[in-house]
Amino acid sequence: MELKFPIYLDNNATTPMDPRVLETMLPYFVEKFGNAASRNHSFGWVAEEAVDYAREQVAKLINADPKEIIFTSGATEANNLAIKGVFEMYASKGNHIITCTTEHKAVLDTCKHVEKMGASVTYLDVQPDGLIDLEQLEKAITPRTILITIMYGNNEIGVVQPIREIAAIAKKHGVLFFTDGTQAVGKIPVDVMADGIDLMSFSGHKMYGPKGVGVLYVRRKNPRVKVTAQMDGGGHERGMRSGTLNVPGIVGLGKACELCRLEMDSEAVRLSAMRDRLEAALTQIDESYVNGNRQHRLPHVANISFKYVEGEGLLMGFNKQIALSSGSACTSASLEPSYVLKSLGLGDDLAHSSLRFGLGRFTTDAEIDYTTKAITETVLKLREMSPLWEMFKEGIDLDKIEWAHH
Amino acid sequence: MAYSEKVIDHYSNPKNVGTLDKASKNVGTGLVGAPECGDVMRLQIEVDEETGIIKDAKFKTFGCGSAIASSSLATEWLKGKTIDEAVAIDNMDIVEELNLPPVKIHCSVLAEDAIKSAINDYRVKNGLPELVEEKAH
Ligand SMILES: Cc1ncc(COP(=O)(O)O)c(C=O)c1O
Ligand code: FES
Repeated sequence: MELKFPIYLDNNATTPMDPRVLETMLPYFVEKFGNAASRNHSFGWVAEEAVDYAREQVAKLINADPKEIIFTSGATEANNLAIKGVFEMYASKGNHIITCTTEHKAVLDTCKHVEKMGASVTYLDVQPDGLIDLEQLEKAITPRTILITIMYGNNEIGVVQPIREIAAIAKKHGVLFFTDGTQAVGKIPVDVMADGIDLMSFSGHKMYGPKGVGVLYVRRKNPRVKVTAQMDGGGHERGMRSGTLNVPGIVGLGKACELCRLEMDSEAVRLSAMRDRLEAALTQIDESYVNGNRQHRLPHVANISFKYVEGEGLLMGFNKQIALSSGSACTSASLEPSYVLKSLGLGDDLAHSSLRFGLGRFTTDAEIDYTTKAITETVLKLREMSPLWEMFKEGIDLDKIEWAHH
Repeated sequence: MAYSEKVIDHYSNPKNVGTLDKASKNVGTGLVGAPECGDVMRLQIEVDEETGIIKDAKFKTFGCGSAIASSSLATEWLKGKTIDEAVAIDNMDIVEELNLPPVKIHCSVLAEDAIKSAINDYRVKNGLPELVEEKAH
């Protein structure tokens, strides 16, 4: 197959929309534009019917009841609603929340926010492979603990946390369990019943659906979970999230969920084979390391450090042809290297030298071959330019050097 | 962020990548790191004893494209200059020449520091006092 440039390998940031999703959405902009809350005419009924259908499609993907699906503007909003909503609703029971250091900013910053409102938050460290320590989790629980929030799959390294074990611990102690499922839902089987999840967020644009629409799953039975609304108004979504529903977005999300449900299994096999091939080829390069646990991992994600070359410099070698993301400081304005990689205990040198690969539904074998070749060439070229590589080759211990700082 | 043509050009065809004999009395070596972003630059000059003119300059850089371009440009500028002229190279000259955006200014600072550090190494080797840093970053 002929290659089309640029090659997109940043599917953890966002996925392209599946054309089948777009097709489903189109009638809901001009023709079927009704407000799903208009009860008095057919425009409203048509919209409501479409939303109901989408709610079923979404629920089916995660084995939930349609009534447990709260539509939001995305995972960021759903994370805010879950954490702030539980914190407020269960204030009489306690104020302690447990999370971990590799969570997405939408969880971490929300936790920081509720801390200012009087919450006490424990940030669990992760092990060098990115997994949390279940014993540590259980030890952190106090009589004041109301919520455990641990993500399903990590957006930078793809590591999948032991969700069922976490849920069991939560249940044992009568604590609610919320998981940010943004990277996992639609990619691997997620079953809120079998997994024992009480609340879960996910987002349309990470699963070949539209941007600006997402979900908070809120369990209704065993236990019945309630969250305090963070958006007040017309009382939509069973009072938990007011605001006129984004009908085309919701219709698209429903379709995206259906496609994932039908195609996820074969897609996961195809993507993990491609990912493994990419990884095998790139770890042929000297001093390259895969970050994160390699068993408990999303099928389409790889994170690799190429020691002695800097991530942004590396990306520049092929950023006209390949869209990729780096854990390097220099790609962000903050200059801080990835906090997720640092949480794994990676030194600055390795954190700065990492690339994140997010394969997707439309990734081809030819693209993987091209990428492997381009990265290998650029790493070798930049190492010829790297003073650190030269010192490493001379056997100098880089940790012992005193840099002349400015 | 889009890179300027000049940065891309230096990155794709870097000038004067390499290593000079750091034990030689005529060679000054500067090895500097930017702790905030983890980049490292090594810049070397070789000075002609007779004329006091920099006759060769080499670099190796671990860093972003702007850092690579800044050091490549610095080595080009250094060749043919006297030590005094070299000291006068300011990081803002590099910023201007390469069109670096504000977040990339520190990459050019790294290059200026590497120049100063290489000159000092040369001066110390030849029994001259170190230059005092007159500019605070
Ligand atoms: C794990 C995780 N949570 C939350 C989000 C935010 O999702 P959204 O863009 O839908 O707000 C992302 C996307 O960057 C993510 O990867
Ligand atoms: S040297 Fe750090 S961003 Fe360029």
